[in-house]
Amino acid sequence: MFDTTCDVVVIGGGHAGCEAAAAAARCGAHTLLLTHRLETIGEMSCNPAIGGIGKGHLVREIDALDGLMARAADAAGIHFKLLNRSKGPAVRGPRAQADRRLYREAMQALLHATLGLDLLAEAAEDLLFDPAGRIIGVVTAAGRRIGAAAVVITTGTFLRGEIHIGERRIPAGRVDEAPSVGLADSLSRLGLPLARLKTGTPPRLDGRSIDWAGLEAELGDDPPEPLSWLTERIANRQVACAITATTPATHALIRANLHRSAVYGGRIAGTGPRYCPSIEDKVVRFAERQRHQIFLEPEGLEDDTVYPNGISTSLPEEIQAALIASIPGLERARIRRPGYAIEYDFVDPRSLLPTLELRTTPGLFLAGQINGTTGYEEAAAQGLMAGLNAACRAGGTDPDRILTRGEAYTGVLIDDLVLQGVTEPYRMLTARSEYRLALRADNAGLRLTDRGLAWGCVGADRAAQHARFKAAVADALARARSDGRTPAQYAAAGVAVNQDGRWRSALEVLALPALSPTDAERLFPWLPDLPPKVRAELEAQALYAPYLERQSAELRILEREEKLPIPSALDFTEVAGLSAEMRQRLATSRPATLGSAGRVPGITPAALAALAVHLRRAEVRFT
Amino acid sequence: MHEDVIFALASGAGRAAVAVLRLSGRNTGAVVEVLAGRLPPPRHASLRRLRHGGELLDRALVLWFPGPASYTGEDSAELHLHGGPAILAGVAEALVAAGARPAEPGEFTRRAFLNGKLDLTAAEGIADLIAAETAGQRRQALRQAGGALASLYGDWTMRLTALLARQEAFIEFEEEDLPADLDDAVATAAAALRAEIAGHLADGGRGERLREGLHIAILGAPNAGKSSLLNALVGREAAIVSARAGTTRDVVEARLDLGGVPVTLADTAGLRDATDEIEVEGIRRARRRAEEADLLLLLFAADREPDAETLAWRRPEALVVLSKSDLGAALPGLGGLPVSARTGEGLPALRARLEAEALARAGATGETLLTRPRHRAALQDALAWLDTLPTAALPELRAEALRAALRAIGRITGRVGVEAVLDVVFGEFCIGK
Ligand SMILES: Nc1nc2c(ncn2[C@@H]2O[C@H](COP(=O)(O)OP(=O)(O)O)[C@@H](O)[C@H]2O)c(=O)[nH]1
Ligand SMILES: [Mg+2]
Repeated sequence: MFDTTCDVVVIGGGHAGCEAAAAAARCGAHTLLLTHRLETIGEMSCNPAIGGIGKGHLVREIDALDGLMARAADAAGIHFKLLNRSKGPAVRGPRAQADRRLYREAMQALLHATLGLDLLAEAAEDLLFDPAGRIIGVVTAAGRRIGAAAVVITTGTFLRGEIHIGERRIPAGRVDEAPSVGLADSLSRLGLPLARLKTGTPPRLDGRSIDWAGLEAELGDDPPEPLSWLTERIANRQVACAITATTPATHALIRANLHRSAVYGGRIAGTGPRYCPSIEDKVVRFAERQRHQIFLEPEGLEDDTVYPNGISTSLPEEIQAALIASIPGLERARIRRPGYAIEYDFVDPRSLLPTLELRTTPGLFLAGQINGTTGYEEAAAQGLMAGLNAACRAGGTDPDRILTRGEAYTGVLIDDLVLQGVTEPYRMLTARSEYRLALRADNAGLRLTDRGLAWGCVGADRAAQHARFKAAVADALARARSDGRTPAQYAAAGVAVNQDGRWRSALEVLALPALSPTDAERLFPWLPDLPPKVRAELEAQALYAPYLERQSAELRILEREEKLPIPSALDFTEVAGLSAEMRQRLATSRPATLGSAGRVPGITPAALAALAVHLRRAEVRFT
Repeated sequence: MHEDVIFALASGAGRAAVAVLRLSGRNTGAVVEVLAGRLPPPRHASLRRLRHGGELLDRALVLWFPGPASYTGEDSAELHLHGGPAILAGVAEALVAAGARPAEPGEFTRRAFLNGKLDLTAAEGIADLIAAETAGQRRQALRQAGGALASLYGDWTMRLTALLARQEAFIEFEEEDLPADLDDAVATAAAALRAEIAGHLADGGRGERLREGLHIAILGAPNAGKSSLLNALVGREAAIVSARAGTTRDVVEARLDLGGVPVTLADTAGLRDATDEIEVEGIRRARRRAEEADLLLLLFAADREPDAETLAWRRPEALVVLSKSDLGAALPGLGGLPVSARTGEGLPALRARLEAEALARAGATGETLLTRPRHRAALQDALAWLDTLPTAALPELRAEALRAALRAIGRITGRVGVEAVLDVVFGEFCIGK
């Protein structure tokens, strides 16, 4: 029946596929990664950067579960920057620009080093199901039948992908890649709800033709802060970026040619992202702005291609050339590859369970851009979770691997997707988390590595490092709680605190604006001896503790609703007082708890109340 | 729509010319047809014979309100019966036999709320409307049932959301060159909003007092004429009057409408050094009631020296009354309104004065007032969070304060913590409403 069998098949070698395959294998599942070309595994198809605000949080969470992305980015990074440094630790986002080739190589090396993972350069052509509709394997383009207990599809924008450059259209997954037809057909036979999205990229420039000398240089952090907590230091030579901006001439040019843009010429129907809009979008929507900033980011150490971040466009090539020439420093810049918009189908993620498994097709998982997200990090985080759950399916009885909104941005991401669906390409923002102060990028390990250990996806190196760090933080916290001073002693040291006679611990005063770092070190001489990461953790906890405590009552109410389960078999037509519209919204998203019902878009307080009443009645009846 | 049909008496209980029964639920039409035959056209009053098992129960006006254009949003009907317990009992029996059941307290309004016909504050307004005793209470409840509070809180929610969005943009898009004064703009707008919420809270409890009623306690020495004054003010013999000192031992209450404000007037045991165990307890209760009252009436009889016990209660929210003014002149240095319960002298002036004091403390300014401790607690919480804004050193802390303030206001309308507020809101309805 099968030519070969394994536990988990992952289709697609992008960011979601790499994490999915590696995660499943780390859990002990015999895993096969299917992709049409091994050399393109780990390709960064859009801008060559990993991390950022919100996205950096995801990367650290992937790292905390022993995923690959952060380590690959560290091995390939040529420009590191901690964003939002002037703001608090909860919203700081680590980001790295990577050498495209080094990133691919690092990712491929990490995959090769993963035990229990095989890579196969064959496109998936069809899916195999048993009579009950459960997935049992895949058929490759070469006709090979591979049996598997779970299959993860991570094929990005391949579904009815169409590239637009001005009036030109090219059917494609990415430039230079043939769209995959067979798999799209077999997916469409499943009758999944599809919708259309678009996203874009800027033209790539020849770095040698840019007038760097006339531009403001943007340096990375020195020393660079690695993305992975396993990385001691960054070995690559670091490069600078440059900053330039569009001019009124650029804007005039765009306005005059809007009708020729694929997006504005009415040739694209899909909804584009609000958060990383095309330059056409920016010029139209922010008509009063005189300039839009552009970062010129080198794509590699040996590669002189430059990625002009901030001007993605689908104007015709000749207009793109004029557009580039209107920008200071780029007057003579040559375009290596034009920018383009890509329109593609995605699967309405509300058809997924919180495990990223299709509700109607047991064993079949979807992760990444196919679920309506944008960004490598969002894809990778989904891939990781899908991989963990796919391994669970293969293993039999293990409980689902689910992170809650209170635990991780990854939890926020998946909860948002499966409950709210997607109306524009979904990008992670820290604003999406109601627990933002608790979910820092720099405490991802403390939050998640123990979960990962219990799930069996964390290796020995990280386990040891995590144990050391956790112990050091616990020590430091104990010390900061037990060491303290009276108000009189603080006053004597020149630190203004309320003269109420109340003894205050170091932890309580560390975050006071009145306490400068030097004062702090004078009062608590053990502070400078703490390892920098431990001290940062201590200071972050001191900073946010008062807020987290004040909110705890409030959050307990939320948690209570979060824990009130909605039976998966509940027929919403049986809930008295729900309008037809509310019923439909709930039936589409199928929230698992009263709390999650509150996040279904468009649900009214009255509908929630109706649901609450119904659940409470049901509870009384059954207990 | 709820499957089961509920019914309840919608008019007041007791003997009356007409009694109105209200029905609601998906099968209302069928239930009415069992009793009345054919349904009348929607929203038209038609005279029908109501029968049960062949027996004629009554000739009644039947009104049919198909959902969703009904009070509850469900199919509903009204039966206007001839008053009288026997008819009512017979029709109720027939309704039960036809598959309907008596409603639980508040169930009609609850269904209206669940069907999206009302929001929580409007539902509370309806509970108040039903319970309203005075014109002032009725006006306030009507405003709230009409959504005045909902729109006020809705407006704050919208503005807070807009502020939060700007703050979030500042956190999220470091690379975008956002205007540098963004944070200042947020701070200014937040301060304005804060002032509005604080103003709403600083209404001196007028709305809540109007809703709950004002408490006035009468204090004075034994035999100062307290019970007599209470009786004179309410116009009936609510308290026992006698020349024996220590007659009143427990607190005696009477309700009074003062310019639309419902007032509870409390007569208390006379203040003195008592030895009798029961009187001592009475005096303890008198003191406690005096502490809790919104206004005190301190009585000094014109024919006695003012007693030290009562003098000690003089304070801004105390009104000095010179009782038994028919027996003597004003006491030097004490001031106060001369009143005689016996001759009626000074009573109109005292009543006018009390009305002015009541209106100064409760209700009817025409503004939308805070009516419930539940709302007050939530708004105070929101305010406390907004108060942290100026000293919050980091943008994410400011965002957090705005989020918490939003959640607090969300509790009022049930957007947040809906489960927890349901009982509070619907526990207080009486049957049939
Ligand atoms: N002359 C006169 N006697 C009064 C007046 N009010 C009350 N009394 C008498 O004073 C006595 C005590 O009255 P009461 O109301 O029981 O006083 P309390 O102990 O303060 O409640 C009774 O004999 C009343 O008839 C008044 O206005 N004028
Ligand atoms: Mg008395």
